[in-house]
Amino acid sequence: MAIFQPEKECMDREQLKKLQLERLQATVKRCYDNVAVFRERMNEKGLTPDDVKSLADLAKLPFTTKQDLRDYYPYELFAAPMKDIVRIQASSGTTGRQIVAGYTRNDLDMWADAMARQLAATGADENSVVQVSYGYGLFTGGLGAHGGAERIGATVIPTSSGNTERQIRLMIELGTTHLCCTPSYAMYLGETINEMGLKDQLKLKAGIFGAEPWTEDMRMAIQESLGLVAHDVYGLTEIMGPGVSYECDKQNGMHVNEDMFIPEIIDPDTGEVLPEGAFGELVFTTITKEGMPLIRYRTRDLCTLNYEQCACGRTFVRMLKPAGRTDDMLIIRGVNVFPSQIEEVLLKVSGDEITPNYQIIVDRVNNTDTLDVNVEMSEKMLSDDVRSVKAIEDKIVNQLRSTLGIGAKVHLVNPKTIVRSEGKAKRVIDNRKLH
Amino acid sequence: MIIKQISVFVENGVGGISEITKILSDNNINIRSAYVADTAEFGILRLIVTDTKKAEKVLGDSGIAVKETDVIAVEMSDTPGGLGGILDVLSDNGVNIEYLYAFVGKGESGALMVFKADDAQKAETVLENSGIVDINATSVYDSLK
Ligand SMILES: [Zn+2]
Repeated sequence: MAIFQPEKECMDREQLKKLQLERLQATVKRCYDNVAVFRERMNEKGLTPDDVKSLADLAKLPFTTKQDLRDYYPYELFAAPMKDIVRIQASSGTTGRQIVAGYTRNDLDMWADAMARQLAATGADENSVVQVSYGYGLFTGGLGAHGGAERIGATVIPTSSGNTERQIRLMIELGTTHLCCTPSYAMYLGETINEMGLKDQLKLKAGIFGAEPWTEDMRMAIQESLGLVAHDVYGLTEIMGPGVSYECDKQNGMHVNEDMFIPEIIDPDTGEVLPEGAFGELVFTTITKEGMPLIRYRTRDLCTLNYEQCACGRTFVRMLKPAGRTDDMLIIRGVNVFPSQIEEVLLKVSGDEITPNYQIIVDRVNNTDTLDVNVEMSEKMLSDDVRSVKAIEDKIVNQLRSTLGIGAKVHLVNPKTIVRSEGKAKRVIDNRKLH
Repeated sequence: MIIKQISVFVENGVGGISEITKILSDNNINIRSAYVADTAEFGILRLIVTDTKKAEKVLGDSGIAVKETDVIAVEMSDTPGGLGGILDVLSDNGVNIEYLYAFVGKGESGALMVFKADDAQKAETVLENSGIVDINATSVYDSLK
């Protein structure tokens, strides 16, 4: 697979560190000069931009959190004058107030490069037909992928999300080779295309799927149903949008665009930087952004960084797929529960290649937390014998108890009972009034 | 003969069996036999219908889980030794019966039996070779019309 900017993506790591330090120093100075709240926090710690003498000094700097983006909404974290801001994007956020990000012309330029690197890593070039089925608008998915596809000179089909029948018709008639959308929508497209018996008319080669968590078994299902190679992409509005990190054809971790972002892994409880290879909360510092540069932004994603050289030739560090979010974690009867744990149990028990569709419902009855899991039946789980279906239900209950350490009520429901949105799937409903 | 039985997942309390029978009748599919086994939370409805393929499609389209199973249907009336004779022949030949139930045929034909064997193909061959039943009795065909 071609490498879009080998002079950056395959940079000698010592040189990369030099570049990062220069850019970090300039960013810290920009924030200090233009963002009052950052300057105050630096002053409280007795720091000035001159105290950043090495990359290790990054650990001294104050964190930025999502709450900061809410508190200083809309423009107080911007480090460029509004005349230089050419775009606003926003994240709806499943909880709490909307947050916004501002981009200068140069920021959009860097973003296009970042996404172009991702597209090139999937084999896309100027001969490719790229269908962008992410939503266009305030959400960064659509315009982010669009910018990268134009940057490599591909033919872009900006279908945006929704209207599945039209998506499929255009995909076939226009000969789409690369598809960008959320993994759950890719699953849905794959199911629909196979139901319609149109798979052999597809020209798809690769897909770029992100903006929501997905699993290796979903990757296998998507690759099979759409006949393409599925790549993972990572990003968040606060830092830029899709393309913060990107997966190469080795499909083994996402390369962080380290000439634009410095990643760190910290202990989410203490804020201490953890040693190389440790599992913890991912933190990003943007080092080229002008509009809204963020120092040590806490993503709340839990993952590991792999500094081993990748077989693809890129030297950028790889982040492994986030294993959960610090704020995804549910505390039920005092026990930490991640939806991903429940997903693993369902995958194992169902005997299917893909995880059955499910929904987790948490409530509080008579001051005790309750956990209910609705699981959609698949043909594989169904039998003409009620006892064997009951046995599957019991097995889910038992395995959930041993995995989570707490009991759950399991309800088998008919397929398509759980609402599947074309965007993000609603996996958890927490009816407890805790806030 | 081997016929198709469909098993349908029924959530107790949510529409349930009446929803399924309505979908079938709206699509001009007749139910020849129905048997339900349930737990407190759900049930499995075993059906023999006049158009299996269509039934699977219309139920599936309505978001209901359906699974097809091969079963053996035989006419009982003229069988020497009756049910016991059939079970003996099958068991002597190493075929295990998981369950069986009666279903009422049409017109003159009288009672039909349905067997779920661990190996439907083998069960059919064994019964055919034994001559104990008319494995291809037209009454079975007629009943599925
Ligand atoms: Zn690589």
